[in-house]
Amino acid sequence: MTMFEAILLTVATAATPLLIAALGELVVERSGVLNLGVEGMMVMGAVTGFAVAQYTGSAWLGMFAAILAGAAFSLLFGFLTLTLITNQVATGLALTLLGLGASAMIGESFVGLPGIRMNSFYIQGLTDIPYVGRFLFGQDPIFYISILLTIGVAWFLFRTRAGLTLRAVGDNHTSAHALGVPVVRIRYLAVIFGGACAGLAGAQLSLVYVPQWVENMTSGRGWIALALVVFASWRPWRILAGAYLFGAVTIGQLHAQALGIGVPSQFMSSLPYLATIVVLVLISRNKRLTLMNTPTSLGKPFVPDR
Amino acid sequence: MMRIEIVKRPQHSALFSALSPFIALFLTLIAGAILFSILGKNPISALDSYFVEPLTEVWSIHELLVKAAPLILIAVGLSVCFLSNNWNIGAEGQFIAGGIAGSILPVVFPDFQGWYVLPIMLLLGMAGGMAYATIPAYLKVRFNTNEILTSLMLVYVAQLFLDWLVRGPWRNPQGYNFPETVQFSDSAVLPAIWPDSGRAHWGFALAIIAAVLVWFMLSRTLNGFEIKVLGRSSRAGRFAGFSAGRLTFFAFLVSGALAGLAGIAEVSGAVGQLRTSISPGYGFTAIIVAFLGRLNPLGIIAAGLVLALSYLGGEAAQISLGISEKSARIFQGIILFFVLASDSLIYYRIRIVSRLSDTALKGA
Repeated sequence: MTMFEAILLTVATAATPLLIAALGELVVERSGVLNLGVEGMMVMGAVTGFAVAQYTGSAWLGMFAAILAGAAFSLLFGFLTLTLITNQVATGLALTLLGLGASAMIGESFVGLPGIRMNSFYIQGLTDIPYVGRFLFGQDPIFYISILLTIGVAWFLFRTRAGLTLRAVGDNHTSAHALGVPVVRIRYLAVIFGGACAGLAGAQLSLVYVPQWVENMTSGRGWIALALVVFASWRPWRILAGAYLFGAVTIGQLHAQALGIGVPSQFMSSLPYLATIVVLVLISRNKRLTLMNTPTSLGKPFVPDR
Repeated sequence: MMRIEIVKRPQHSALFSALSPFIALFLTLIAGAILFSILGKNPISALDSYFVEPLTEVWSIHELLVKAAPLILIAVGLSVCFLSNNWNIGAEGQFIAGGIAGSILPVVFPDFQGWYVLPIMLLLGMAGGMAYATIPAYLKVRFNTNEILTSLMLVYVAQLFLDWLVRGPWRNPQGYNFPETVQFSDSAVLPAIWPDSGRAHWGFALAIIAAVLVWFMLSRTLNGFEIKVLGRSSRAGRFAGFSAGRLTFFAFLVSGALAGLAGIAEVSGAVGQLRTSISPGYGFTAIIVAFLGRLNPLGIIAAGLVLALSYLGGEAAQISLGISEKSARIFQGIILFFVLASDSLIYYRIRIVSRLSDTALKGA
């Protein structure tokens, strides 16, 4: 394996959780709901995936359990914001705080245990193709899911009737409601999808990226995923590009640390967070463009009139 | 089939406005009892050792005040932010920035001693928190950047910077390589209020003063009125000639200053030196305190004591029940959920209707 190939692979592994979580949040926000609980759902997915893989010995079961856990956890957010019409920002924060706390307690007995790694594919012949073989044909299943998910979300949002309806709900829930579209039901489904994606992204962390459990192991990735959605102007393919850009920054700073270029490691580690800020500033600088891209009903409460 | 139906009240309910924090606390206790039962503990004695026992001894009352001080200070500042629709969730970072800035004197110039050291430290702490909070405020006003994400990202940056500082340039040379700075000299330590009975320090008094001052500002001054108007409707605020940008700076500066003050008060009063980690998440827990106190500084004093109690209860439960002290963080998260849910009773009437009566109604 060449150096180039190795770097490409690690970038993909670092980008995949961001990509999956951001795609989920993209669908949620396109339906007009702002769920700031991504970090919390992700960390719940990570701990559930790890725990179930430990008990059953199967990384696949861990992954499915993580998806379910993320979805179930998101329902809490859905019930509060969609049924009880609570403030979405505050409720999302509550979800993150609860997720970080609950996962810390659940995972306490797993700290230090060796995890179960999800195996990468190996296809005789194809995986051995020089330069691109490992990247295209030799990665873990969640990588392929993330790519399929990007295609799927892009197709769903812009090529299907249901996707059009979802975007309509996000752009103007009052008109959609007047046309007989079940606004709340669609938003529930979107929130659950977002939760499932965040759970899967968490499972990638604890089953592929670093197969172990560490408290707060998402370390802000859920928030970076939220930033990616803004960065991508709510478009799926741009999320793919953004996630790989951030993956490259993460891996780049790790390599720089390993090479020992004389800059303190803490400064290198803060690069992904600083990059997030810089990117957000660049993208939101143009106020008109941002307004045009943002789903108009995003974060606004919807009280159905009867 | 049952269904929950929400109907907007013609005007908000004063009754539920006063009751909602208590409803939330009551529901949290019930949820806690259920949680303890699932863990196989007697729920009554568990809740007793969690929420009552810490209040029965003098030393633990002191601990309560030590933990409540930063929570109240930060949450009071956050109330100004949240009321004006500025979502500063990076108070944890501003807390660290304040702790670092305030420690410059005792760490870099330890020979500098006298009565004036402490006031300078506190001012530097406030300035540090303020400066750090200016970043998201400036980015929001100038570049329209989402303050939630920028303020949060800066938390990670602050944590890493503190880590570098105490492992690198500020590490105590005589400290056997522990990642800690020198112990602060006596003139740099925030003294205890009642040194004979325990270690509660003057940070708590500062928190009460800050809460009263901000309460006065919010309820009795034009500035406070501006905050509330712009927070409820930026359009109405603009018509009244209030500047949203100026207010964003104001809110972030106040909350940054108070978080910074909390940081240096904690470092100087409770820890006595800088370490790699100086906060068990006070900046985030303070968000819960702010909401439980209904964004009212006086309510926040009470809410801060409640959340401080949850930290102590977690420690007590670990010792007496063998439940992880991390259960406290679950309690804290659950409280916020119930607070938000009961707050919706203020604005909405909630009815549980069965499908049957629904169709009967339509038939009629």
